Amino acid sequence: MRFLQFLPGTFSLLLLPIIVLTQRPESKPIELAENCPPGFELTDDNRCMSRSLYQQYPSLRNSGVGGLKTGLPKVRDGFSPQQIDLGRYLFFDPILSRDGSLSCASCHNPELGFSDGMTHSVGINGKEGSRNAPTLWNVSFMKSFFWDARAKTLEEQMEGPLFAPHEMGTTPNQLLSTLNSLPVYQRLFAQAFPDRTDEKIRLKEIYTALTAFECSLISLNSRYDHYAHGYHEALTKQEIEGLNVFRSFVARCAECHTPPLFTNQQIAVLGTPEPDGRPLDPGAEKIFDDATMRGGFKVPSLRNIAKTAPYMHSGRFATLRETVEFYNRGRGHAVPQDEDLRIHWHISEPNLSEYELDRLVDFLKTLTDETFKPRVPEKLASEAESVHNSNVRKMGK
Amino acid sequence: MMKKPKRWLGLGAVLVLFIAGVWVGRIMYKTQSTPPPPPTFFRSSLAPDTAGASGDQVITPVSGTVIEVRDGELIQAAVAQARSGDLIRVYPGTYKETVYIDKENISLQGMIQDGKWPTLDGEKELNDALLYSGNGILIENFKIVNYKGNGVMGQAGNNFVIRNNWILDAGVYGIFPEFGKNGLIEHNILTGIEDAAIYVGMCDNVDVRHNEVYGNVAGIEIENSRHVLVENNHSYNNTGGILVFITPGLPIKTCYDVIVRNNFINDNNHVNFGAPGSLVAGIPSGTGILVMAADQVTIENNIITGNNNAGITVTDLAYGANTANDPEVEPNPDRLIILDNIMIDNGNSPVGELKALMMTKLSTRGPDIVAVGGGTGSCIVNRDRYRTVSLGDWAQCQATDTRAIQTYMLDEPVAPRKISEKERVKMAYYGICSGCHAYEVRMVGPPTLVIQALYQNNPQGIADYIVKPEHKRKDFPEMPPQKYLSKDLRLALAEYLLTVKQ
Repeated sequence: MRFLQFLPGTFSLLLLPIIVLTQRPESKPIELAENCPPGFELTDDNRCMSRSLYQQYPSLRNSGVGGLKTGLPKVRDGFSPQQIDLGRYLFFDPILSRDGSLSCASCHNPELGFSDGMTHSVGINGKEGSRNAPTLWNVSFMKSFFWDARAKTLEEQMEGPLFAPHEMGTTPNQLLSTLNSLPVYQRLFAQAFPDRTDEKIRLKEIYTALTAFECSLISLNSRYDHYAHGYHEALTKQEIEGLNVFRSFVARCAECHTPPLFTNQQIAVLGTPEPDGRPLDPGAEKIFDDATMRGGFKVPSLRNIAKTAPYMHSGRFATLRETVEFYNRGRGHAVPQDEDLRIHWHISEPNLSEYELDRLVDFLKTLTDETFKPRVPEKLASEAESVHNSNVRKMGK
Repeated sequence: MMKKPKRWLGLGAVLVLFIAGVWVGRIMYKTQSTPPPPPTFFRSSLAPDTAGASGDQVITPVSGTVIEVRDGELIQAAVAQARSGDLIRVYPGTYKETVYIDKENISLQGMIQDGKWPTLDGEKELNDALLYSGNGILIENFKIVNYKGNGVMGQAGNNFVIRNNWILDAGVYGIFPEFGKNGLIEHNILTGIEDAAIYVGMCDNVDVRHNEVYGNVAGIEIENSRHVLVENNHSYNNTGGILVFITPGLPIKTCYDVIVRNNFINDNNHVNFGAPGSLVAGIPSGTGILVMAADQVTIENNIITGNNNAGITVTDLAYGANTANDPEVEPNPDRLIILDNIMIDNGNSPVGELKALMMTKLSTRGPDIVAVGGGTGSCIVNRDRYRTVSLGDWAQCQATDTRAIQTYMLDEPVAPRKISEKERVKMAYYGICSGCHAYEVRMVGPPTLVIQALYQNNPQGIADYIVKPEHKRKDFPEMPPQKYLSKDLRLALAEYLLTVKQ
């Protein structure tokens, strides 16, 4: 009935040029988006600024950690729509790898929580990496990157996988010559970086575009978030029980996986087991040249955690249930006998009941929100085929 | 460090009100009538919730209703029905539950009658007694026993008051506000806690006053916090009496501007029963005051007696901590001020590293004051009165007292972040709606342009639809209801959506 009131509106609707509802013809050349991806407001000077209900709230000393209605850490935003969209084309393009077999999305697959579902990622020529691929959701809020926190910016971070021989294995020269040899990319880069005078694509622009895209991957609208903003019916009774176990001082999860991002972004020594046959991963010890940090890894965010199995730096745990059980098994229970790790003080022996462990998992599943999942380009600028899905299936586990 | 005295005149008045309030409260307990509602100081300002169901109505300060809970009922049920500004009165009885308060401006007030307390009993089955995350939370007059986690724990939440609670064997921490600004912890009695009885962690502007803590591993612990006044407490028979710490590896990395004054810190010689691996497990029994890595800590006018290891221990992280290093933490205690204190009978049987250190001084007794490790700019008054070790480079203090500081609480409660209605609408539109609705491109749902055409001049129609969508278009998925947005915000969003131009 209400619908009838809007008949005039419906008529005017017909007059609108909504070709947009139909798919763009295949032959049309790739154009970069002029609007921001979801989660962002476009400013008059063509920058995309992050918007979230969490911006209503402060946090103590702007730390971005606290409780339910707590502000986020400083976000990295302000990229142009064109830079973000160019980053999307690059992200899914396998020509960024040495042999054209891998794209960024191979290990950070949007269908797998921007992770890859494997214990250890596999690089070109089937070379096995040493750690589990971390998610890219909400990286715009992170202060350091890699499990061992060795990079301070995304630009610095991506030099790792792009150029590591056992990952994408390319070189700065190969990358630049490949992209510069493609007129489509030259045109798109010129759109995204209009201030320069020549046509040459620069390395820094590649980094900026990929960073811009990665910083657009925002997940802050889960059912948990609805609860946090004050709608308590968003979670079931059992999920709220899980929340209370999560933040209780018996389990102490929230002490390191602190809302609103569910990480305090610190390095913690947990003493999780390596897969059979692998030696202990020294983690942050190597980066900081500090033996007290042996076995230390960055506390990961738990947002979309249900999508990013397997878990831990080693990918040792296949399920969330296994993962929460680890914390229940006692301080240092999986540390090799010849190691003397400075296990984090919050790793205790909480003796949670089976029921509580189940509720914890229930709660963790409420942190899922993929509404801003970006679309895979229908056609890549290099005209290569997307490889991220075929690749994962092929490599298996 | 010292603030202008003028500013504290107003605060003095507030303090007088507090004291008067407590006094009046005491008188009234005797006559068995209800205690007064919490002081206006904590119930003014505090604007209503801005999102969620409770934001639907405007609540003026102190206009909340009183919700009563009696033996056999659940406190949580009262919390569930409470709105910002409400006072929940809990009558004597035994309440076996974990109470969590994810709302703003809720006062939880126990009613002590005829010496009978409302008792929260965890029976060593439940984790925590009281959890809160909202601003403006008051918790008073509860007996809390037999929990496994914490007695009272706050995660964020500014403008808190936790007082007159009697907490026995409540697990890891007795009272633990975390990430809060502007709080008061007073007149609590705590014992049998396996870590810190009162633990102020990553907070700013907190007063800890008139508490009695005994038989815990740590009596009072101030950690990675700033502007904290620890005053008039009685801390005895713990492993360590009062601790002021930087713990490495936490997201807020400083601890400074802490005053420890007018406390009784006696006979803290309890055997350390901290959990293996916990930070306090390494505290030597017999520790009066321990300052680790914190800066600008003033210790004044305390009576520090009978602590068998040392009266005051000052250490850097290299000596004191058993955790992984944190490259972002400055590990030394700097610019400490030790003013006059009464110190007798400390150091009767030093242990561990201190014992070894004393051996090198040809003594079997521990000192009144010892400083080990790094640190600069510290000073002491009348050092000749005490038996001290390693205070070689400490200066004579210029400061004589801290009288200018009457409280570290703020003279106004921390206000909510100021957000204009337009900003809030944009946060919701771009932060939520844009996930499915682009301006002219089909995403998950129809484009904004299409919605604008359908609902010209009818924002209420959109506001109604988004909370109770009906499936209208076969070629689109059904929209999930957006009930978590408050009524006002839904309408504002609808109005904004009709004006979007790109």
